Amino acid sequence: MDKLSTNRHISGQFNAELEDIRNRVLAMGGLVERQLEQALDALGALDAELAKRVIDGDHKVNGMEVAIDEECTRIIAKRQPAASDLRLIIAISKTIADLERIGDACVRIAKAALEKRNNNQQPLLVSIESMGRHATRMLHSTLDALARMDVESALELHREDARLDKEYEGIIRQLMTYMMEDPRSIPGVLDVLWAARAVERVGDRCKNICEYIIYYVKGKDVRHTSYEDMEKDIHR
Amino acid sequence: MISIDSSVMKTEALDLENLPASETALEIHNLNLHYGNKQALFNVSMKIPKKRVTAFIGPSGCGKSTLLRCINRMNDLVDNCKISGEIRLHGQNIYDKAVDVAALRRNVGMVFQRPNPFPKSIYENVVYGLRLQGLNNRRELDEACERSLRGAAIWDEVKDRLHDNAFGLSGGQQQRLVIARAIAIEPEVLLLDEPTSALDPISTLTIEELITELKTKYTVVIVTHNMQQAARVSDQTAFMYMGELVEYADTNTIFTTPTQRKTEDYITGRYG
Repeated sequence: MDKLSTNRHISGQFNAELEDIRNRVLAMGGLVERQLEQALDALGALDAELAKRVIDGDHKVNGMEVAIDEECTRIIAKRQPAASDLRLIIAISKTIADLERIGDACVRIAKAALEKRNNNQQPLLVSIESMGRHATRMLHSTLDALARMDVESALELHREDARLDKEYEGIIRQLMTYMMEDPRSIPGVLDVLWAARAVERVGDRCKNICEYIIYYVKGKDVRHTSYEDMEKDIHR
Repeated sequence: MISIDSSVMKTEALDLENLPASETALEIHNLNLHYGNKQALFNVSMKIPKKRVTAFIGPSGCGKSTLLRCINRMNDLVDNCKISGEIRLHGQNIYDKAVDVAALRRNVGMVFQRPNPFPKSIYENVVYGLRLQGLNNRRELDEACERSLRGAAIWDEVKDRLHDNAFGLSGGQQQRLVIARAIAIEPEVLLLDEPTSALDPISTLTIEELITELKTKYTVVIVTHNMQQAARVSDQTAFMYMGELVEYADTNTIFTTPTQRKTEDYITGRYG
């Protein structure tokens, strides 16, 4: 099928509703992206003030999830969407759940920034920093693909997650070395480990969102399939 | 992948293009229809499976009712109507000269948009077709009447007043009575031409419920303007546009992932 049309509904009101809900998802995505950036900044600079702001900001993300979900329910009840409209609503409803979980990951990272630690943990945080930037870029591109409903970038990003996972494994190895060298560092290292885990989960969530993009555009549910199958499905 | 076995949702999709003859109720082959100079159907070919519900949807004037009427030769009554191509029932083309139209219509019953009971009692309405066939045995007629009214899910509502005039029934009841009349002669195929468009929402649901029951015994073909109705009751859906069959597939596919742009636009309300 050629490119899906998102306008031209006979019902102008329905058009407006779909447009509105799409915009709200993107706004929510923007908010989550900012939360992630700030959480990582806070962690890098051990900025307690900023970390607290991130933690406080999470309720806004949660609120948006609930509001958008309500809107989805309302549209299903009143409009009985079909085909691509239905897939859009389903994709949105799942996307916001993942965005909300990314929000939770931001809180976890921010909490790690609040932990009091001694200076010799600084190098630990640096390694997360680079992985964190990678995850931020990935989230940014995912939201971009979502805004444009771009299947090709979704597919590309889906593969990107494997690279993030590699970085995560590298960090784990590094952290294990620290723990073996000096058992007294373990509490601090564990904090960092949780933060790294949270960052890694951001990549997984982005991957999920990419799957919803593919589902919306192509009508194919590509969850739990290999990259090759996915590619075949998409380019068939 | 794990498949969750659900007996409620279980009507697996058929391969409609390669449907074996044993599962095919009707085969429409290169059907063209002209009303005078105007062509109303273009090369329609499809196989309608047995004991399933097939819905025809599409905008007004797309030819869906015309196609439905072809199946029991209702268009014979229209002047200037020329038909080419074939519709095969049991492998025989129903447009063959040798075919007895009355016999065909016994096999292919039809229910219309507005309930059209005869100005007779409920009982006489149901057994009308049987009497025409020459059946006069009171006991057999009684049995057929009860069986048909039960089959049309209206027996409990009318069993105490079988000899009252049918016009005393509500619209929804009249429509079910008409369905009872259609199934009294035990046709193989039931054609429903917008059977609920003149009914209130509750009667509509009763009829929809009935349609799901009917398919255990009959092949049902329904034309409907109500897309959600097609989505609810049918197993296969055919989307028609300007006299052409645009897409014909199992209903789940049509309503979640249609392959044709026109179908997509129509069912999402981008074209009407």
